[in-house]
Amino acid sequence: CGHGKDVNLSQKGQIIGLSLSAQPYFDSTPCFISTMPGPYKETDLTERVEAFLSDLKRGGSGTGPLRGSAETARETTALLRRITAQARWSSAGDLMEIIRKEGRRMIAAQPSETTVGNMVRRVLKIIREEYARSRGSSEEADQQESLHKLLTSGGLSEENFRQHFVALKANVIEVINELLTELEGTTDNISMQALEHIHSNEVIMTIGRSRTVEAFLKDAARKRKFHVIVAECAPFCQGHEMATSLSKDGIETTVITDAAIFAVMSRVNKVIIGTQTVLANGGLRAVNGTHTLALAAKHHSTPLIVCAPMFKLSPQFPNEEDTFHKFVSPHEVLPFTEGEILSKVNAHCPVFDYVPPELITLFISNIGGHAPSYIYRLMSELYHPEDHEL
Amino acid sequence: MADSGVTEGPDKKEEIDRAKSEGKELTKEEKQRLRKEKKQQKKNKEKKDDKASQESEKEKKPLSSPPPASQPPPQSTTQKAPSAVPAPAPVSVPASEAPVPADKPAKSKAELKAERRARQEAERASKQGKKGETGQQAATSKQKAPPNELQPVVKRLPEHIQVDNPDVLKKLAKKLERQQIPLRMDYGYKVSLFSHLHQYSRKAPLTQQVSIPSTVIHPAVVRLGLQYSQGIVTGSNARSVALLHAFKQVIRDYTTPPNEELSRDLVNKLKPYISFLNQCRPLSASMGNAIKYIKKEISNIPSQCKEEEAKSKLLNCIECYINEKIILAAKAIAKSAIEKISDGDVILIYGCSSLVNHILCEAFEKSRKFRVIVVDSRPRLEGREALRRLVQKGISCTYVLISAVSYVLPEVSKVFLGAHALLANGYVMSRVGTSQIALVAKAFNVPVLVCCETYKFCERVQTDSFVSNELDDPDDLIVTRKGKTHLKDWQEVPSLGLLNLVYDVTPPDFVDLVITDLGLGMIPCTSVPVVLRVKNVDQ
Repeated sequence: CGHGKDVNLSQKGQIIGLSLSAQPYFDSTPCFISTMPGPYKETDLTERVEAFLSDLKRGGSGTGPLRGSAETARETTALLRRITAQARWSSAGDLMEIIRKEGRRMIAAQPSETTVGNMVRRVLKIIREEYARSRGSSEEADQQESLHKLLTSGGLSEENFRQHFVALKANVIEVINELLTELEGTTDNISMQALEHIHSNEVIMTIGRSRTVEAFLKDAARKRKFHVIVAECAPFCQGHEMATSLSKDGIETTVITDAAIFAVMSRVNKVIIGTQTVLANGGLRAVNGTHTLALAAKHHSTPLIVCAPMFKLSPQFPNEEDTFHKFVSPHEVLPFTEGEILSKVNAHCPVFDYVPPELITLFISNIGGHAPSYIYRLMSELYHPEDHEL
Repeated sequence: MADSGVTEGPDKKEEIDRAKSEGKELTKEEKQRLRKEKKQQKKNKEKKDDKASQESEKEKKPLSSPPPASQPPPQSTTQKAPSAVPAPAPVSVPASEAPVPADKPAKSKAELKAERRARQEAERASKQGKKGETGQQAATSKQKAPPNELQPVVKRLPEHIQVDNPDVLKKLAKKLERQQIPLRMDYGYKVSLFSHLHQYSRKAPLTQQVSIPSTVIHPAVVRLGLQYSQGIVTGSNARSVALLHAFKQVIRDYTTPPNEELSRDLVNKLKPYISFLNQCRPLSASMGNAIKYIKKEISNIPSQCKEEEAKSKLLNCIECYINEKIILAAKAIAKSAIEKISDGDVILIYGCSSLVNHILCEAFEKSRKFRVIVVDSRPRLEGREALRRLVQKGISCTYVLISAVSYVLPEVSKVFLGAHALLANGYVMSRVGTSQIALVAKAFNVPVLVCCETYKFCERVQTDSFVSNELDDPDDLIVTRKGKTHLKDWQEVPSLGLLNLVYDVTPPDFVDLVITDLGLGMIPCTSVPVVLRVKNVDQ
């Protein structure tokens, strides 16, 4: 649906000062055409967006991400920056609408890839902040929704985003660039904290494959000697890749099957895992088998540490049953070679698990370590409450 | 007598070596001569000046003492070791002690034995001197009794959990050499936590090293060993039944050699077979109990019994055992368990337990409406077998892997688990992954029911899955997905290890109920030692 409107946009780009009705990109305010050349930039932009969307659709087939979450986050942010730079908008409200629209399309392409939505919300928050700064009002007053303000002023945000500021675009792009640099440094920031948490001669357990945890452990291995047990995480068996990668760096690694997690847990000192998403209540949406691992760790009173960069924090709650779980083809579980029984049997292959926050000891993110009970605060710093529902 | 034995020694030794190299079983006389020579060596080393006077008497004894001397060791071992696995080991240990003087524990045992025998000789000498004093006889019999009473306290550790002890390995090698069974080599890099256990490769079965045709090991036993090591016969009930059938064949083909008693000789014949099977795959608790039962039955055969009669009696006993302990027990357990299955239930099972499958099929025949969720795990994937059996009956099933168990548990009403053995401290030893399922079920407040026959109750105690376990072939973990095999060259990477555990123990607080036979019905996990005690008193 957006495509048709883009075509109109490119046509209109050559006409100056035409006010059009019922176009979401244009409303009552006069439209200033920027100095960018006409149709080619727009089609180029839409091409990139379409390419990104199809990439998302293809990449999330559940057989392990073809790209890691960090790359997805970076690409999303880069794309949003491009949209900010190249799309037609005059006020912050327009920009937010554009971004929200594109964001909804991107989320619909791959609902389980939450980093896309998170980045969209981050950018929206950036726009709000920049707008507020340009307007000159104090940031604190706008950010904190005190009870007094809610009662007295009513919805204060609605009418505010119509003003046009010339420097807004440049400011927003600058802050998005800062966000991009932050994204690039997240893994390093997390790995730098490794030595604070791992002592020598430890036995650490992990599950599946997480690039963050891999970097974390490799960084600690430069100075300390410890032993890692990797649970292979059937049916995708990504633990194998993790184990080979760790052992190549000289870390003593053992691969165990998922069934042996409880059996060996009594000799494990720490459990360090990565996750796909950190939910708003401090819980996790992680790869399947993580809940069992967390329960076993709780039974043996072993600390469970989650290495998650801030871009994985999502304002979703786990109660939305229909959107929480994602399934892939059951032939991973019961292959077609099994023959006659296939038609009489239901086979399930869920990809994710929910881990409640009571089982988690610590979150390590690029801005330091937090308890799960603190996650709601971090969320209010990163996202504006109105953006929780895109 | 002993001197003549010494002079004949060298010629006989050559004959013995020749016989060994040809793979023929050593004849009775050759074996006796070997034993005698070893005893002589031991005596010459240990007893010097103090016991010189008694040596002359002892030299008369060797011929007459081997038959009675072999008697006290079997008696003491049946009292000593509760589990059947060490039963072959202690009897052979005294005989093989002499050639290894460096063994410190062996030496002390040999010294103890020698001192005991010295005491016996002294008593017998004094008894001969003072004829008619029956009090002395009572004293000698009483002296025999206290050493045997003390022995239950000294428990011998089974060999298969002492792989990191080189002395034990040497002893095992000697014992196997005597029984003419090849020693199986460990394979691959062992994870340091498990260096005390064996780890074999399935691609190198023991039967490759056994010469064909083997005259030492009965062919039924060779076939059984191969079936065990290749995983063709799995599951504790199946393995026990297969073992008993193989032994029945052995008994049918057995003929008592002249001048031998069936009760003693047959037990000695079975020992190498048991060692062989142990090498192919470590014996399970159920197999151990079955072997103990057979040995007891064999040694209880009166000496005046004719061979045919004795053999038919033994075959009957084994049939009875299988019938009572396995088949009828399954029926009794199914009857109790069906009371626990109600209409509309969603039952979760793990892996393939013959007993649990039997219960579910019976319940389905009694028209209970339920559906089953089968949980499976790599690398054995035994759940597929259970799935096939249940689907054949027409039960509606769902199939998941063990990592998805927290997704599936909210809709489950009961969990039925099978057991490999029930330990005396209430822990349940079962296939690896069972404890995990029990843990997650507990977290979701789903009742866990364990079904186990009484013949699998075991006097061992264990608190974790490390000390006594079985390591399977580590190459089973290797898998090829999308054309890539990440672990293909795991042997070349020095810091990478693969761990393929077979068993784990479930603590009793995860288990809500144990359903068993013998009229007990349903008992809590902690009542296992009570059952064992009652069973022992009955027998």
